[in-house]
Amino acid sequence: MFDDGRPLFQQIADLLADGIVAGRYAEDAQVPSTNELAGFYRINPATVGKGVNVLVEQGVLHKRRGLGMFVSPGARDRLLSERTERFRDDYVIPLLREARQLGLTASDIHRLIDQEDHS
Amino acid sequence: MTAPAAIEVIGATRRFGRRNAVEDVSFTVPENSVTGLLGRNGAGKTTIMSLVSGQDRPTSGEVRVFGEQPFENGRILSSMSFVRDNQRYPEDYYLRHVLDVAPRFHERWDAELAARLVDGFRLPAKPVVKKYSRGQLSALGIVLGLASRAPITIFDEPYLGLDATARAMFYDALLQDYAEHPRAVLLSTHLIDEMESLLERVVIVDKGRLIREDSTEDLAGAAFTISGIAAAVTGFVDGRRVLREHRVGGLLSLTVEGALSPAEKAEARDAGLDLAPARLQELVAAYGADLANENEGARA
Repeated sequence: MFDDGRPLFQQIADLLADGIVAGRYAEDAQVPSTNELAGFYRINPATVGKGVNVLVEQGVLHKRRGLGMFVSPGARDRLLSERTERFRDDYVIPLLREARQLGLTASDIHRLIDQEDHS
Repeated sequence: MTAPAAIEVIGATRRFGRRNAVEDVSFTVPENSVTGLLGRNGAGKTTIMSLVSGQDRPTSGEVRVFGEQPFENGRILSSMSFVRDNQRYPEDYYLRHVLDVAPRFHERWDAELAARLVDGFRLPAKPVVKKYSRGQLSALGIVLGLASRAPITIFDEPYLGLDATARAMFYDALLQDYAEHPRAVLLSTHLIDEMESLLERVVIVDKGRLIREDSTEDLAGAAFTISGIAAAVTGFVDGRRVLREHRVGGLLSLTVEGALSPAEKAEARDAGLDLAPARLQELVAAYGADLANENEGARA
């Protein structure tokens, strides 16, 4: 479930963000509580809380007193534009690095992408 | 982290004969936290736990629990539950006797939780507890530790002899009950990979001394492992503190303290080197390896 590359709290934040981007948590919907997430993923509640707070600070989640955590309006669009910005660093650059090692040219890569796109 | 301290160990030394089992150790366990006490066998973990739980007294230095000395301090002792890995029970005690007696020592005892755990761990009513298997004794210790709901709960390697199913049950029960009833939990473990995510803070000891005290998260970025062709690896880590070395033929893998900038990471990859963040398990192993201590000595 969790890879070891990044801090656990960040992975919890990403997990919730993934759910929002994929539409599993709609805007204004409630997300699982810190204790539920902690119990389910077997992670210390303080770590989970920190991950949730990352999203609160980004305005993706907000707290309703006595009720729990909810997805903020506009959260999905905000996450989408953020991820689009990261797409280059996270995917394109590593792709090009590997391609160079394999001796693939730019047109080789274009052809591969076209094939995948049409399959 | 500004939570008030549940446990403070301040320059504690415990000498047995000529040997210091614990030497000038200081660390803090905040209220409402799960803290792991990690280190190799003989590092001093159990001695530290005995000092904290007031079953023993430091030769010098101080231990404070909720601001008071725990040794022979009834008020403090009643707020603690210490589950030893070799906990002993009276000769003729059956499970029901243990469960009957426990609430007298722990005012927050939850009989329902105890019953649920006894059930889950499949602890038998017979034979006498003394004849329990290693795993059953561990499970009983876990029942006592969790159901006591003591403001300070100390587990010394609570998983000995437990199978994977029972260990998972322990982790689930600990997290669930801790979430509902937060308290200070201090536990020693060698199953670091398995329990790392349960821990909020970590105290690492080796040869009776404190090596590191930090949040689990900060420790996760505290070291990395770099491997590849020996010459390239050594060139790259020049000037950094090497915690552990693993060499086979011309291949070398080093666990190195510190973090790398994105530029350095790219440089390492371009040089054909493999990089991975050091897992907590590797970090503890590295600190317990003698190379680390030699380096420590060289720096001191």
